[in-house]
Amino acid sequence: MSEQMAAPRPVNAERRLILKSLTVVGITSFGLTGGSAWSAFADDAPTWPHDAFKQKSLDAALKALYGKGFEPSDKVALDVPEIAENGAVVPVAVTASLPGVTSVAILIPANPFTLAAYYKVPAGTDASVSCRLKMAKTSTVIAVAEAGGKLYGASKDVKVTLGGCGG
Amino acid sequence: MANTIRVRAVANGDSIEVQSLIQHPMDSGFVKDKKGNLIPPHYIEVVTFEHAGKVVFSAFWGPAVSKDPYLKFTFKGGKKGDPLKISWIDNEGQKDSLDGKIL
Amino acid sequence: MIRKLLAAFAVLCAGAIVSAHAADKIDPAADLKAFQAYFKQQFPAVPLDDFVNGPYAVNKGMRAQWESIMQFPPYDFALDAGKTLFNTPFKNGKTYASCFPHKGVGIRQDYPQFDAKTGEVVTLELAINRCRAANGEASLNYETGPMDSIVAYMAETSRGKRFDIKVPKDPRALAAYQNGKQYFYSRRGQLNFSCASCHVTAAGKRMRGDILAPALGILASFPIYRSDWGSMGTVPRRFTSCNSQVRAVALKPDDKAYRDLEYFLTYMGNGLPVAGPGTRP
Repeated sequence: MSEQMAAPRPVNAERRLILKSLTVVGITSFGLTGGSAWSAFADDAPTWPHDAFKQKSLDAALKALYGKGFEPSDKVALDVPEIAENGAVVPVAVTASLPGVTSVAILIPANPFTLAAYYKVPAGTDASVSCRLKMAKTSTVIAVAEAGGKLYGASKDVKVTLGGCGG
Repeated sequence: MANTIRVRAVANGDSIEVQSLIQHPMDSGFVKDKKGNLIPPHYIEVVTFEHAGKVVFSAFWGPAVSKDPYLKFTFKGGKKGDPLKISWIDNEGQKDSLDGKIL
Repeated sequence: MIRKLLAAFAVLCAGAIVSAHAADKIDPAADLKAFQAYFKQQFPAVPLDDFVNGPYAVNKGMRAQWESIMQFPPYDFALDAGKTLFNTPFKNGKTYASCFPHKGVGIRQDYPQFDAKTGEVVTLELAINRCRAANGEASLNYETGPMDSIVAYMAETSRGKRFDIKVPKDPRALAAYQNGKQYFYSRRGQLNFSCASCHVTAAGKRMRGDILAPALGILASFPIYRSDWGSMGTVPRRFTSCNSQVRAVALKPDDKAYRDLEYFLTYMGNGLPVAGPGTRP
């Protein structure tokens, strides 16, 4: 199932600036009362990596998110289908058998925006995540795990084809 | 609004496997409706899972996450009967949360 | 391979010719035996019950994705909504339970059924709308919306029960069955495919990126959450979309032709377990 490529809706910079300052106030007050770490006022939750999600290439997305590239590692296990049954719902599972993993990210270079998902892994949580992602077309899928200040990754190709049933 | 979050958190000793399913269109902004107009992007940006006052997992999503998004992860230090809170917020500022329980 | 296909096709054609000449000898039981035997022979490694899983019964790569998705099926929301809808009284205070045997719980495997009073095939969707009409409520859309949630719930209460469709020795029932059978084997649309073209002759093979489900038990997992739709859909929804996809003019979802087709197809899966609601690509 292919999706039309188009520019995302334009952002009202001034509105965002006002909302951002409200956000700061929001976080502070929530922080004092021990509530959730993000404000109710902002368009985007402040911890959402806005820039990273706007990038359209692997290098740019990794740079925005981590500021570095990754080294291939067989300690990052990426489970994806060879041929997706439907590009709208592709099961992806990542497990990093490395000590001290702090985050995992999944990138799909052939998608309109490269970064698909980013997960923060606090101490005490396994470096393992399963999710379902959209793939616009056949692409390499890359999973990276950050541990000890370095980035490790694995990649696999997933074929996405047109369904024969027309629809 | 009926709760959009379903969670299945199962304890295996002190290892808790959490699966969640959230009802959300996760519109990417690239798909057109029947009239040929682009459906605006509307997707969950952040999901957090809290246990005993601590965030045990957080997901940061873009429009490439599938509709009715699923998540599975495992954390340690919980036990059967403990509360587990799940919250999400999307790019339009809509949110929902669920006070779940570890089974 | 080609010879095997031609041989299979010839058998089917012979069957069709024989039944055309012996129209007074409509024999659903014999058809069922031949139908199930054909698929067992085509897919010897597939346990009979597994045919209800369609493409997942005949392709390992797809099965792995399905098992992953089934860890937490996306039809979960429709199931809950369906249970609530099923138990919510009509304006007159009655519920769906008053229209069905066993209060509508665990009866899905008996549909579609022939209604001797009206002389027509009643699918579960039609039965639900008849119930609503009898209680002063407006009909539900046959393809999607509350209907698929209610059907999902009713199917779930029958999960695992064996399909037991009856074709009584009533000439109207036999005619409806035969009508459905003929629809199944007739070519239609610009692409000139019959249901059998894909789901019998090419079952288990790829049509572009899709794996074609064998016709045996193909309706057993309905209603389905289809990733392609991003939502639930009933058998009528799939029939109308299949028609469009071979570029034939789709019929109205409650058309007699579709009900007769569902009657024939579900009967062919007699003995297989109810596996709905389900998920598909």
